[in-house]
Amino acid sequence: MNIFVFIQKDNGTINRNSLEALAGAQQFARATDAQVSAVCFGEVNDQLTEYDIQQVLSISDPGLNSYNPQLYCEAFNQVISAHHPDMVIFGHTYQTRDWVPRLSAKLDIPFVSDCIRIQNQNGLILTRQIYQGKINTDLKVEGSVLVSIQSGAYRLDSIVSGNTSVQQFEVNLDSVKCTVHPGEKFQESKGSVDLSRAKIIVAVGRGIGKEENMPIAKELAEVLGAELGSSRPVVDYGWLPHEHQVGSSGQTVSPKLYLALGISGAIQHQVGMKGSSNIVAINKDGNAPIFEIADYGIVADLFEIVPKITQTLKDHKG
Amino acid sequence: MKICVLMKQVPDNDSAIILSNDSSSIKLNDITWCTNESDTYALEEALLMKEAHGGEVVACSFGRESSQQVIKDALAKGADRGLYISEEESDGFDILSTAKIFTQALKDENFDLIFSGLQSNDSGNAQLGLLLAEMLNMSHAALVMGTEVLNDTRIKVKQELEGGWFQWTELDLPASITIQSGLNKPRYASLRGIMMMKKKPIDIFDSSQIDSTGSKNKIFLDKMYIPQKVKETTFIEGTPDEIASKLGDLMINDIKVF
Repeated sequence: MNIFVFIQKDNGTINRNSLEALAGAQQFARATDAQVSAVCFGEVNDQLTEYDIQQVLSISDPGLNSYNPQLYCEAFNQVISAHHPDMVIFGHTYQTRDWVPRLSAKLDIPFVSDCIRIQNQNGLILTRQIYQGKINTDLKVEGSVLVSIQSGAYRLDSIVSGNTSVQQFEVNLDSVKCTVHPGEKFQESKGSVDLSRAKIIVAVGRGIGKEENMPIAKELAEVLGAELGSSRPVVDYGWLPHEHQVGSSGQTVSPKLYLALGISGAIQHQVGMKGSSNIVAINKDGNAPIFEIADYGIVADLFEIVPKITQTLKDHKG
Repeated sequence: MKICVLMKQVPDNDSAIILSNDSSSIKLNDITWCTNESDTYALEEALLMKEAHGGEVVACSFGRESSQQVIKDALAKGADRGLYISEEESDGFDILSTAKIFTQALKDENFDLIFSGLQSNDSGNAQLGLLLAEMLNMSHAALVMGTEVLNDTRIKVKQELEGGWFQWTELDLPASITIQSGLNKPRYASLRGIMMMKKKPIDIFDSSQIDSTGSKNKIFLDKMYIPQKVKETTFIEGTPDEIASKLGDLMINDIKVF
């Protein structure tokens, strides 16, 4: 089996999620007879030649210097037409989510997105989560497949070092008529909240019910000297500003204590906080996915429990 | 602007998801259905654009018969007509084949724009609108947090990137965009809207006529299962007072929060 891994670069730096995908590909290849190649647009970082892979395919074209989904698709189309890999693996980044579905339609090769595992069990088995993490599915493949790997599914430090060579691959992108015109990148007014450095985070989810209930969480955060975090819905409803959001579209955090109040724990939230040292979850639904990754779980009504905890902690402080 | 909004019926967040006995599907009988959350934001964005620039909004859904409720709700909120693609068999694993069915249903409509929610809360492929962009020869953008019509042939969208970054992207029409939740405030249906809904047409496209199985590359379900826990969770139980006392003790003495 011939596996290609696409290495995404952000301002010249290799994307972490792409390397995790490479680690996953190496792991699968060791268990089978597969060969792993990396595919990279533009200059090859030295780092990439120090891994145990068959080769690095380097594709240099002025059209690929910055991200454009249609040029990316056509370049990859030419790579695949020339090399016919059985599987192409991507990190499940926002950029992947933008262009790889289009590539899938162009090539008529299915794209299995956001996988948590690639393994061999009498053939390739791809595992992905559905119903927001409540159910896993194992999928089998006939023919070729495109795969993206969820952030954190494979460990960066499990990458195997070695030596590899760089091969240049020429593409011709003249035929592409671009109808997508990416412009400038920007950050919204930078808030004062840096959750990535917080020691304790009290995070609020949809279960808080309404904005008027927010003080319950704020009082607990105050007595703990904690920052307030949230899942996406709380930000969507306008109950907290965007900079408090934890998860794939917000911040990635790893505090000493992450207290999840009324957070169901969808995959998109989990990827932002599962590295926390201690996760305490309070949720009325005992089947909520947050309990999959919680160190301590409380299946109860947060409105009954949280004020009492705040009081307990206040009494202790005196 | 002639805008199509792709809307999916999914289990609501409080529905228990239970596997069938042969682990090949989930039990559907006890599920409460609702419109996929990000699709409601996609509909709102389409309605706002129509109100500002004129045109038509078509709500399109796919799947089991009850999916028509999603279209009816959209019509009550202000969509002009519905398009229901009947399909009882789809399991959502092979989204590329599903997109081929949509392509057949939509190709003669010549939409200027296709809006869809970023991702469905059930199968979560986050691909349909983008697959259609290629199949229907449209421009595309994923994870859109804002839209602006520049002129009759071009729109500008604000795309969400990782870590709090955004990017402006201009798209030639026709375009298919996937909408991130939170970019607007989805409206409720008015009483008048609900009355008007009954007079609006819902076209039905029978997907059984379509052969979407042409690809030599295929995906099959091997099995479904409840995820194994990666961590041992200690559950703290008791009355609210007991729980508060145990958790307080844990936080103060074990985790050492102070």
